[in-house]
Amino acid sequence: MSSVWPRLEPILPRVAKPARYIGGEDGAQTPEHHPAKVAWLLGYPDTYEIGLPNQGLQILYEILNERADAVAERTYAPWSDLEAELRAHDVPLFSVDTHRPASDFDILAFNISAELTYTNVLAMVDLAGAPVRSADRCVDDLFIGAGGHCTYNPEPIAAFLDFVVLGDGEEAVGEISEALAAWKARRAAGDEVTRLDALVALAGVTGVYVPALYEADQDADGRLLGTRSVHPAAPDEVEKRTITDLGEWPYPKNQLVPLTEVVHDRLNVEVFRGCTRGCRFCQAGMITRPVRERPADQVRTMVADGLRRTGYDEVALTSLSTADFSGIEAVVGGIVDGDVPSRPDDDGGQGPGTSLDCGGGMGGLASDISVSLPSLRVDAFTVGIAAEIQRARRTGLTFAPEGGTWRMRQVINKLISEDDLFGAVESAYSQGWRRMKLYFLIGLPTETDEDTLGIATLARKVVEIGRRHHKNPSVTISIGGFVPKPFTPFQWFGQNTREELARKVGLLRDELRRDRGVALKWHDPKATTVEGIMSRGDRRLAPVIEDVWRHGGTFQEWSEHFDLQLWLDALDRNGLTVEELVYRHRLEDEALPWDHLSAGLHKDFLWQDWRDALDEVGLEDCRWTPCYDCGACTGYGIEHVVASAVPPAGGSQGTGRPTAVPVTLGSRPMATTS
Amino acid sequence: MSRIRIRFTKRGKVRFTSHRDVARIWERTLRRVELPVARSQGFSPRPKLHFGLALSTGHESDAEFLDVDLVDGASVDLDTLPARLTAALPGGLAATAAAEVDPSAPSLQHAVTSSRWEIEVLDLDLPTLQARAEALLAAPELVMVRQRKGKDVTDDVRPHLFTLQPTTPLDGGALLVAELGTLGRALRPSELLTLLGEEAREGKVCRTHQFTEHDGTRSEPLAAPTDGPPPRAAATAAALADRPSPAPHAEARAS
Repeated sequence: MSSVWPRLEPILPRVAKPARYIGGEDGAQTPEHHPAKVAWLLGYPDTYEIGLPNQGLQILYEILNERADAVAERTYAPWSDLEAELRAHDVPLFSVDTHRPASDFDILAFNISAELTYTNVLAMVDLAGAPVRSADRCVDDLFIGAGGHCTYNPEPIAAFLDFVVLGDGEEAVGEISEALAAWKARRAAGDEVTRLDALVALAGVTGVYVPALYEADQDADGRLLGTRSVHPAAPDEVEKRTITDLGEWPYPKNQLVPLTEVVHDRLNVEVFRGCTRGCRFCQAGMITRPVRERPADQVRTMVADGLRRTGYDEVALTSLSTADFSGIEAVVGGIVDGDVPSRPDDDGGQGPGTSLDCGGGMGGLASDISVSLPSLRVDAFTVGIAAEIQRARRTGLTFAPEGGTWRMRQVINKLISEDDLFGAVESAYSQGWRRMKLYFLIGLPTETDEDTLGIATLARKVVEIGRRHHKNPSVTISIGGFVPKPFTPFQWFGQNTREELARKVGLLRDELRRDRGVALKWHDPKATTVEGIMSRGDRRLAPVIEDVWRHGGTFQEWSEHFDLQLWLDALDRNGLTVEELVYRHRLEDEALPWDHLSAGLHKDFLWQDWRDALDEVGLEDCRWTPCYDCGACTGYGIEHVVASAVPPAGGSQGTGRPTAVPVTLGSRPMATTS
Repeated sequence: MSRIRIRFTKRGKVRFTSHRDVARIWERTLRRVELPVARSQGFSPRPKLHFGLALSTGHESDAEFLDVDLVDGASVDLDTLPARLTAALPGGLAATAAAEVDPSAPSLQHAVTSSRWEIEVLDLDLPTLQARAEALLAAPELVMVRQRKGKDVTDDVRPHLFTLQPTTPLDGGALLVAELGTLGRALRPSELLTLLGEEAREGKVCRTHQFTEHDGTRSEPLAAPTDGPPPRAAATAAALADRPSPAPHAEARAS
C-alpha cells in the first residue's frame, strides 16, 4: 500500500498541533483496499478538532467498512500551515487512518454542515489532485460527493460536486457503493465506460442528486426561473432519504476516541432523530422529520458499552430537544446511578484481586459519569435531574429563548413564557448553578427594537433572580444574526443587512453597558452576511466561491481567517450583489434554487406557516396532536416512532399554555446551530 | 491512601501528541482498566494523577513516569498492571513497570535531577559534532537567552550540561547522547541544538532515562524492566555505565 507518512513525518514537527494528522484513534480502522471495492475517503471540510466528533461521518465510516464491497477512511482540512507545507513538498491530501494519498480512493465525500466551509471543500479537492470543477474531471479522477444539512441547497457548490446525498446516509452509501462497484467492474473488464455512465448510475439511487444532469434557467436579469432535469436518468424532483427505524442502526458502535483534544470530547449517543416542535427558524427541525426514537434499552446498552470501551466520563444524549425522548428521566437516572446493563464476564481482563471497591459492573464508574443533554427543555423535572446529572462537574447552564419578547417568540413558534424562563432559572440557581448563558437570535422576521431590547430586559431579570441565591451571578447573552434557511417557513424572508444587525448589537451593547453580571457576545454580522449569500444562493455563486478560494479565502468560519472583502470583491467581479442574494424578500411564486429537491415538506405547508408566523399564530407539536400534513410522514408512508403517546411534563409549545424552556447543559443547543 | 508509580514509553506516531494530550489519554485509560483512582474534592473533581517532567511534542521517550493516587483500601495487582494498561493504551504508548511508592516522597517534578537523551543531529558530521560537544563541556559558562513563560530570560546553562557523548547510530549519521539537568530552568534538547551551531538540525529525539539523586545515590524513579527495548546505538550501552561528570559548578544548579 502507498503511504505519504514518510514524507509527512519530517514536516509535522514544524506545524501547529501535529497530533491532528496522525490518526491512531481508538476505533480507527485500517481497511483492506481491493480494486473491486469502492474506496471512500470521508472528508470533513474543517479542522480535525471540529470534524472528528461528527457523528454522521463516523456512522458512515463504520457502515461502509462493514460492507464487503467498500472501504472507508477519513480526512480533515489541513490547517493553513500544513497546507502550505504539503503544497511546497508536493504531498497530496491524505487519510489519517493509513495515510494513503487521496488518489488511492474512488470517492471523496464531504459532510457539509456550515456554509463558511465551502472554500475548504475546494482546497481539499485541489489538494487531493482532482480538478475543482466536476465538468473538468475525467474518468480517472475522484468522484466528489457531499451530504449534510447544507446540501439541502447544494446549488452554490453544485459545479464542484459529482453527487449529493439528501437526508439520512445510512442506506444511501450502500447503494452508491453498489452502483459504483458495478461501474468499476465493467471498466476492469475492459468495457468502454465513461464518467457520465457512473453519474447516471448514481442518479438512479434514491436520494442522490447529480447536479451535472440538471440545468438552471435564468431570466434576462440572471434571476432563477427553475432547475430542470436534462437527462432521462435524473428525476424531476430528488427526494431525501429517511431511515424508518433508528433502532436498526446502532451506530457508531465504536465511537472514535481521539488522541488529542477535540470539540464535544465525550461519548455521544443519538437518542432520536427529527423534531416536530416546529420552530420556524430551525432548518434541522424541518428537514429531519419525522421523529424517530431509538429504543430506550438500546440507548442504555450503547451508553454502557461506549463508556466502558472509551474510558470517557461524560456522555451526551444527542438529538434536537432531548427531553422530548420518551422516558428520558429513567434513562438519565439509570446512567447516573450506574444502573446500566452489567458487563459481560470477561476472563482475560480482570483477574481476582486486581481491583477493589469497584463492586463490578459500572458501580465504580457511576459516580464519575456526567450526562450532557444538549438541547434540553427545562421544567420542574429537568432542572431537578440536571442537578443530579451534573453533580460530577457543574459548569454553566444554557437556555435558548431565541426571542426577546413574547410577541417575537410567537412569530418564531417558540412559545416560552417569561414565567417559564424565570422559573427554570430560579430552579437552576437554587440548585447551585452560578453561570447562565442565554442564546438569542436577532434579525428575525417582524423584529422591532422593542423585541431586541427585550433581550436586555430578560437578561437583567435573570441576574436579579441569581442575586437571590448568589453574590455574583453571571449571565452571558449570546447573540446570533438570523440566516434564513431552505425548507423552512422563513425561506422567503429577506435577511437583515449587516448594518442593521450591527445596529441591533449596538443597541444591546449600549443598553447593557452598565449592567454588572451581564456579558454580551455576538456573532460577527459580516460572517452572518456571507452565510446568507450561500444559504439560499444559486448556481451563479460557483465562480464566486472559486474566486474567494483562489484568493486564499479558506477557513472562513475562523475569525482570524474570515475576510468579508474577499467575498464582496468576488461578488462584484461576477456581477452579483448581496442585496439580491441575501437581503431581498422572496416572492410566493418565485422559483427557489432548491425547488427540484425535496425534504418531504410540502411547499404550501411552509408558505402557510410563514403566513401564520406573520400573523403571530403558533402551531402545536404534531407528535401528540393531529397531523398538519407537512408531508414528511405521509409522502414516504412512514410515521413518528415515539414510545410515549403524551408530551413530556411541561406540555408542548405553540399552545400558549405554561410550558417548558429549552436548555442546554454545557454546549450550544443544536437547534440554533443549524 | 496509597500511590503507585507507572513507567511508560512513547514511541512512533503518538509522539506528536502533547503532554496535555497524554494526560487525557491516561485519564481515560485508567478508567478503562477500572483502576480505583482517588479523586479531588469540590465542584470539579479530577482524578489524582501526578505527571513527571513534560516531554516536548514530537519527542519520543522510553522513560516517562506517572504517579496515581488510589482510593483508600484499594489494592492492585501490580504484576499484571503494566500489561493491562498497555492493552488499553493507544498504539505507541506502553506501560513498562508499576510499583507502589511512598505518597509522602517528593513529587516526580521535584525529585528528578536530570534526563538522558538520544538526539539525532542532522546536517552535522560526527567529527564536527564531537569537536563542538567538547568545546561546550570545556566552557566555564554558557550564557543564553531563552523564552520562559513568554519572557526572555538570560541564564548560564552550563550547569545543566552533565554529559555529552557523540556517537554513530546503527543507521549512520550523528547521534548525541546527552544528560541534561532538570532542576530550575532546565536545558531542553532543542536549546542544546542551538548551542551546537546554526546548521545543526534536530532529528528524532528520545528520552531514555530520568534520574533522581538521593544521599548521593543515583537511580531512576522506577527502573525499566530488564527485558526492555534494546538501546539504539552500540555506544549508548557504554555511556550508560559511566558516572556523569558533574559540571564545574553543578552545586549552583539546585538554586
